[in-house]
Amino acid sequence: MKHHAIVCRCEDITEQDVIDAIHQGYTDLEELRRKLRIGMGPCQGRVCISLVKKILEKETGKKVSVESYPTSRPPVIPISLGALAKKTRGENETKS
Amino acid sequence: MKRKADVVIIGGGVNGVATAYALAKAGLDVVVLEKNYLSSGATGKCGAGIRQQWSTAENTELAIRSVQMFEHLSSDLGMDIEFRQGGYLIINHSEKELRQSEENVEMQKRLGLNVRLLDISEILSIVPVLDLKGIKAVGATFCPTDGHANPFLTTFAYANAARKHGATISTHTTVTGIKTKDQHVTSVKTSKGTIHTSWVVDAAGVYSKDIAKMVGIKTPNKPYRKEVLATERLQSMFEAMVISFTDGIYFSQQQEGQIVGGIPIPHEQIGLYKTPTFSFLRHMSQTLTRYVPLLRHVNMLRHWTGFYDVTPDARPILGEDRTVKGFIHCHGFSGHGFMLSPMVSKLLTEYIAYEKTSPILDRLNLDRFEGSNLTQEHSVVG
Ligand SMILES: Cc1cc2nc3c(=O)[nH]c(=O)nc-3n(C[C@H](O)[C@H](O)[C@H](O)COP(=O)(O)OP(=O)(O)OC[C@H]3O[C@@H](n4cnc5c(N)ncnc54)[C@H](O)[C@@H]3O)c2cc1C
Ligand code: FES
Repeated sequence: MKHHAIVCRCEDITEQDVIDAIHQGYTDLEELRRKLRIGMGPCQGRVCISLVKKILEKETGKKVSVESYPTSRPPVIPISLGALAKKTRGENETKS
Repeated sequence: MKRKADVVIIGGGVNGVATAYALAKAGLDVVVLEKNYLSSGATGKCGAGIRQQWSTAENTELAIRSVQMFEHLSSDLGMDIEFRQGGYLIINHSEKELRQSEENVEMQKRLGLNVRLLDISEILSIVPVLDLKGIKAVGATFCPTDGHANPFLTTFAYANAARKHGATISTHTTVTGIKTKDQHVTSVKTSKGTIHTSWVVDAAGVYSKDIAKMVGIKTPNKPYRKEVLATERLQSMFEAMVISFTDGIYFSQQQEGQIVGGIPIPHEQIGLYKTPTFSFLRHMSQTLTRYVPLLRHVNMLRHWTGFYDVTPDARPILGEDRTVKGFIHCHGFSGHGFMLSPMVSKLLTEYIAYEKTSPILDRLNLDRFEGSNLTQEHSVVG
């Protein structure tokens, strides 16, 4: 049976894509993520990573520890480059 | 875990697995030890740009010959690594930079590279969205065969092909010590037991220094923190990587449409600090929107940190140590270790498997730092 359910909406990855990659040997959550680009979309994996973790646990029969959750990377929500580049009032140069 | 191997490679980044592939293909029994997962080091954080336009002959030659290998790497390894040749456009902002470019181009052409100087009017035909006035461009150089590959897929493709040729790759396995006898490598101690071997390849990236220390070798490498920014996906606008040595910026549009790039962090510190900074985001956004004003309206999506393993002359340290026999240096890539990996793995394999040395390996040996005449690589960004 093919598993057509979408797991990662941002990157358009199905459950079957995940299962196939696991069977090809990508059994590390981080390697799986890099192979399929899961978690690299606008939501940064908030939707998909826990699903992928469940599929990985089911396919390998091994528990995936919480420490091996991928790092979430700034920003929390998308922000425009224009807004980031803007100088605040009274500021002459970039401060850290 | 295996207890014996011809060669033990420390580090599951692109250089470690590429070397494992080449050695295994040559018939050697190879083990790769990686403390985390494959591509967890600099390889997984990198821009994966592939550039042949350098100021030193060694980097240029390694890159030219690597590109020749990248061109058929997907079919060699049996997996698509998304290698794409959109060229590198190097912007010049002053007469001084133009003269340096002329010098570089002359050397690069001598080595057989298809590269040329562009005048102002030609730049926009390559990257139409650039604001030439805003960035004060006076000229550029362009090499159409420079490009990009997917760093994760390249690493996985090398690793899978290495396994097919019999290599063992142990992830989540940390090297904790190396034993020598009469200045000769004899075994490697790991978190999962000891492996006997007479060859060790130190491909541990920013941690290569700690590995070298295990056999009493001091290396001059320093970790430099780098940050990268990625935007949302856009319709394709340009194919070339744009870089500037004056501003230190590099950026390109990836196949999926996102703009990815970096720039040196203001108030940069040496050391292993991982958290991304606001000062980078600020500086990068300001510079990037000066280069391409329309990007002001585009959202940034992700931002991450990685480390360059930097040597005093910005050239890698390669080859067997002159005092500890069997210890192979494969580090110090200073921000360009992805693009050189095909040739690095080839040269090291020729040395280990066929006892063949090469002038490049000799010139890039660690012992060059004992002399006072270092040839500095100037064409560095990020
Ligand atoms: C932001 C950024 C952008 C870059 N852009 C480019 C670019 O455009 N083009 C380019 O060519 N290069 C680029 N680079 C440089 C490039 O990423 C590196 O030079 C290259 O990936 C180095 O690969 P490596 O295999 O030598 O090391 P790494 O990928 O760093 O791998 C070393 C591995 O060793 C492992 N390790 C360390 N210690 C131990 C131990 N004790 N036991 C077991 N394993 C251990 C680590 O976990 C790591 O996985 C960039 C780097 C950064 C940070
Ligand atoms: S759903 Fe996977 S990254 Fe957003």
